[in-house]
Amino acid sequence: MDTNTEINTEHSHTSGYGLYISVWLGLVGLTVITVALAGINLAGLAVSVALAIALIKAGMVANYFMHVKFDNKVFKIFISVCIVIFLTMIILTFFDLTYRTPVK
Amino acid sequence: MNQEPEIVLETHAEPHTHRDDMGSKMGMWLFLFTELLLFGGMFLLYASYRYMYSAAFTAAALHLDPVVGTVNTIILLTSSLTVVIAIIALQKNQIRFSKLMLGFTFLCGIAFLVNKFFEWSTKFQHGIYPKGPALADMSNGESVFFGLYFVMTGLHGLHVIVGLIFFSFIYYFIYKEKITATNFQKFENAGLYWHLVDIIWIFLFPLFYLIH
Repeated sequence: MDTNTEINTEHSHTSGYGLYISVWLGLVGLTVITVALAGINLAGLAVSVALAIALIKAGMVANYFMHVKFDNKVFKIFISVCIVIFLTMIILTFFDLTYRTPVK
Repeated sequence: MNQEPEIVLETHAEPHTHRDDMGSKMGMWLFLFTELLLFGGMFLLYASYRYMYSAAFTAAALHLDPVVGTVNTIILLTSSLTVVIAIIALQKNQIRFSKLMLGFTFLCGIAFLVNKFFEWSTKFQHGIYPKGPALADMSNGESVFFGLYFVMTGLHGLHVIVGLIFFSFIYYFIYKEKITATNFQKFENAGLYWHLVDIIWIFLFPLFYLIH
């Protein structure tokens, strides 16, 4: 490299395709499971189960396809902060919805 | 001797390069957080309305075809995989394979949009669209369900289109050798965007298509 060149490359090198193909297989498998479970009457649990599976899938996409698992710690902290902010919004909204007295 | 002496220029004519891949990636992530909160707001709206009108949401969701939703999920998941493969292929300097995988990803995006187009057309034919006749006869809850359906899947579809525009530029840059085996951060950033769009769909799919 030229002395004039200043490059900050911090790349985690991953060699094979195998890992990503297995992640993809897992994702497709989980999709099939969600669809199959939707046909079964799980009563009140249906939403929770569907969301739990979606969370696992999102985690797989973020960790492997988006490389978060192999990334610098800074990214993990950033992402956690963002998720905590979002969860706070959800929790506060549901407090409001649950305890609000309807106006007749 | 008439011949002019050959002038040797100093080699510092080469431009000063400053490249910060880590900073570039961080910028992309910050942008993705704003996207996450944009969709997050809508998911919050969805959650609140579903809590208020759970029976109506179940009834309205019967109008959606889970098969179309499932096919589109598989298409997006596959396109995410091929982006990852395209980036690794580029790092390995397998340029042709990388372009092939990127092209395949592009086709997946188009296929997703075509499915969406037919899905929306069918809804329109049945009078289900904002201020449509079928929607006017439905209860408030069902009407809200379809309002959210059109806004959320519509905004998501818009993101798919933007992702495809990104990928067209990336393809051009690879062709022009602006993106190479050692300089591929732009490609990685476009990939991150595409994966986020995939993640959003992962949540949209069960929330709209799989309520029973």
